[in-house]
Amino acid sequence: MRNLSWRALGVFGVLVVAIIYVLPTLNPSFWPHKKINLGLDLQGGMHLVLEVDTDKAVEGTIERLNQELRSTLRNERIRYISLNRIGGNRISIKLKGQENIDGFEKILDKEYKNLRLLSRSMDDDILTMEIDLPDSDADQIKKMATEQALETIRNRIDQFGVSEPDIRSQGEKRILIQLPGIKDTGRAKALIGKTALLEFKLLDETHDLNEALNGNIPPESEVLYGINEDPATQRVIKTPYLIKKRTLLTGANLTNARVEIDSQYNEPYVSIDFDKKGGRDFERITEANVKKRLAIVLDNKVYSAPVIQEKISGGKARITGHFTMEEARDLAIALRAGALPAPVRILEERTVGPSLGTDSIRKGLISMCVGGLLVVLFMIVYYRGAGLIADLALILNILLIAGALAGFQATLTLPGIAGIILTIGMAVDANVLIFERIREEIHIGKTPRAAVEAGYERATLTILDANVTTLIAALVLFQFGTGPVKGFAVTLSLGVISSLFTALILTRMVFDYYLTKRKIKQLSI
Amino acid sequence: MQFIKPDININFVGKRKIAFALSLAMILISIASLLIHKGPRYGIDFAGGTLIQVKFNGPTSIIKIKSGLAALDLKGSSVQEFGETAENEYLIRTDRSIMTSEEFSLKVQQVLESSTGSGATVRRVEMVGPQVGKDLREKALFAMFFALLFIAIYISGRFELKWVLSGVIAGVLMGAVYLLSIFNVSVPYLIAAALLVTLLLFWFLELKYAMGAIVALIHDITITVGIFSMFNKEFTLPIIAALLTIIGYSLNDTIIVFDRIRENQKKYLKNPLGVIVNKSVNETLSRTILTSGTTLVVVLALFVLGGGIIHDFAFAMMVGIIVGTYSSIYVASPILLAWQVRGRK
Repeated sequence: MRNLSWRALGVFGVLVVAIIYVLPTLNPSFWPHKKINLGLDLQGGMHLVLEVDTDKAVEGTIERLNQELRSTLRNERIRYISLNRIGGNRISIKLKGQENIDGFEKILDKEYKNLRLLSRSMDDDILTMEIDLPDSDADQIKKMATEQALETIRNRIDQFGVSEPDIRSQGEKRILIQLPGIKDTGRAKALIGKTALLEFKLLDETHDLNEALNGNIPPESEVLYGINEDPATQRVIKTPYLIKKRTLLTGANLTNARVEIDSQYNEPYVSIDFDKKGGRDFERITEANVKKRLAIVLDNKVYSAPVIQEKISGGKARITGHFTMEEARDLAIALRAGALPAPVRILEERTVGPSLGTDSIRKGLISMCVGGLLVVLFMIVYYRGAGLIADLALILNILLIAGALAGFQATLTLPGIAGIILTIGMAVDANVLIFERIREEIHIGKTPRAAVEAGYERATLTILDANVTTLIAALVLFQFGTGPVKGFAVTLSLGVISSLFTALILTRMVFDYYLTKRKIKQLSI
Repeated sequence: MQFIKPDININFVGKRKIAFALSLAMILISIASLLIHKGPRYGIDFAGGTLIQVKFNGPTSIIKIKSGLAALDLKGSSVQEFGETAENEYLIRTDRSIMTSEEFSLKVQQVLESSTGSGATVRRVEMVGPQVGKDLREKALFAMFFALLFIAIYISGRFELKWVLSGVIAGVLMGAVYLLSIFNVSVPYLIAAALLVTLLLFWFLELKYAMGAIVALIHDITITVGIFSMFNKEFTLPIIAALLTIIGYSLNDTIIVFDRIRENQKKYLKNPLGVIVNKSVNETLSRTILTSGTTLVVVLALFVLGGGIIHDFAFAMMVGIIVGTYSSIYVASPILLAWQVRGRK
């Protein structure tokens, strides 16, 4: 029976491979290969889906263009009546006088070729024009915004220190983040969600703040607030500032940000270093605005607005704001990793505490053991010797699923454990089909060997068929499922495949061994 | 040991009228329950909302928890016990998808600790925004749809051994669905339409085995969904997984009985179909009961011992297994007979 021994060798090989892959899960020091991945629902952790507000990125670009246009016009000494961003992503401009109009159109043709002209109307000698970005450019900005947000968030999480985070884009503007084993979920969310747009802007000291608060805001300025919590009374104090819209410098020009402790107040602050260009700009800005107030604005909140005493060279600045040590540390991380190109919003959050995960594993394993034991006992009682073979197949089945999970680095989830449990129940089905057939064949008077042969032969097609339908369902589920449910699809598919292997090849081999090598005359079935 | 003797001969076919009546009643009750409850009750996966699982150190009451939540502007949330009473675990649910701010779970813990007077741990927070809920609902329905599509193609090919025909059916089905999707028909109607097209195709092409299988399938899913609705249980992602598994499992049983019928038809050419069907069901009865039994045992173990998170999933599987086993005996095979009666007329 050379055939039998070759097959035995094959089966043995498969089992050895499975054992090699399973070993590290039982004892990590045993083998260099990786353990079975546990899903967030089993090991605890946080699952987040963020949406990048990509429209805001387009608006930001338009606002920057608007500012650029203003300074260009100012430099070219072209006077305009108004130049504003309207409706989010359009620029409206009003000019008076032929000379100004000609100058403006020349600049538009030369330096802003990519802008799209929406409307143009002349009324006497006043030109009104609306311009925006063409759709392809806007789409490009949106796409870039998502990519950049993904990269920035990845940087921040890396610096925050989470082992094996999974960060990927999902669809056009969503980002999926999985942080296994994370404990301080609040801090992680704050760090991820922070836009961290650092801006240096001048205070508008020529207009009156109170008038602006009454709704009379000058077109080139805006009201922003500083938010401070009094540590003694826990009351939140909002301080309004009237601030010029024009951004002089942003956090894009910094090379480093770190936490330092103020020796005077013993309070942490974030110290930032500008790059060469940023340092030069900062020097120029401070030189030109001595005795004026420069606001440090982070995510549209004013952190401080000190008076510039003298020209600051050296390219360093500090952000103070009654931080706790952790807040300062996270702000430094966010600044180092860079600003998000657009704000993000949490669309979906699933957080599982580690104790719940441990509970789930324990309960899952207990129900697997109890269910499995009942099935094993039943098979022995019902089919005696043959039942023992089926039980062997069942146990090896679980080994194979575990081996495949580790080998493919698939993720085991709680529904995944349910899938294994279900497989235990269904895997014996193939054996039951075969054994029932064999019994029937014996019943009509065949010899054990002929009965086994006929039993396997006739049951094989039925078994294949019956399993294909479950496999179809599992594969569809795998395609559409997310997270835990995907884990179910994985274990169910693996279970179906491995139960086919054990039922059709492994148990057959054991039967053949007894029938041909041991030459038994009586089947225990 | 043997539960079912090889020479067993229960007259299943003779009782098919009673079985049909029972099935019809169950389906009507299911539909009625769905209508009364205004459709399936969606869990937060599909409806959007926030779910918080809290474990307390000592016994407490729902009223105390609710009074604590009122301080957090979570007044309208439902609170229910979760798992066994001794574990002091509760599930808090709101329809609102709170934009879970940084210290949300910390705040929940604090208000609950002060209102109940015992230590609390937030063990799980799930927040699904309305947009994601809608997306997941669509995804789940598409999964159901594609599972049905592939299975319809598979059974029309497999049962009738006419793979060319099954290719044609696949083409027609996809064409019909494509046509409907142009008109922006919503997914539930798409599924209903696809099912209707499938049934009509099987009817006109006289694919009686495929017809029996698909009717049994619809029967099983409808009743499982109906029973879920009757117990007012929530539909979540894992429940969709259970339903898909039930689709696969129900067919598995049906395939085995049908294979036996075809085998016996070749063996006993002269016997009328009724006798052959009955004989085949009896011959496979032992296997049907054993497999359903072992599967039911493990699912029962999961239901009892698996903990609250997997509880409903196990429940759906239990219902599905029982209904699926019943339908492969009493629904799928008698359809073949009903077909033959129609053919004779």
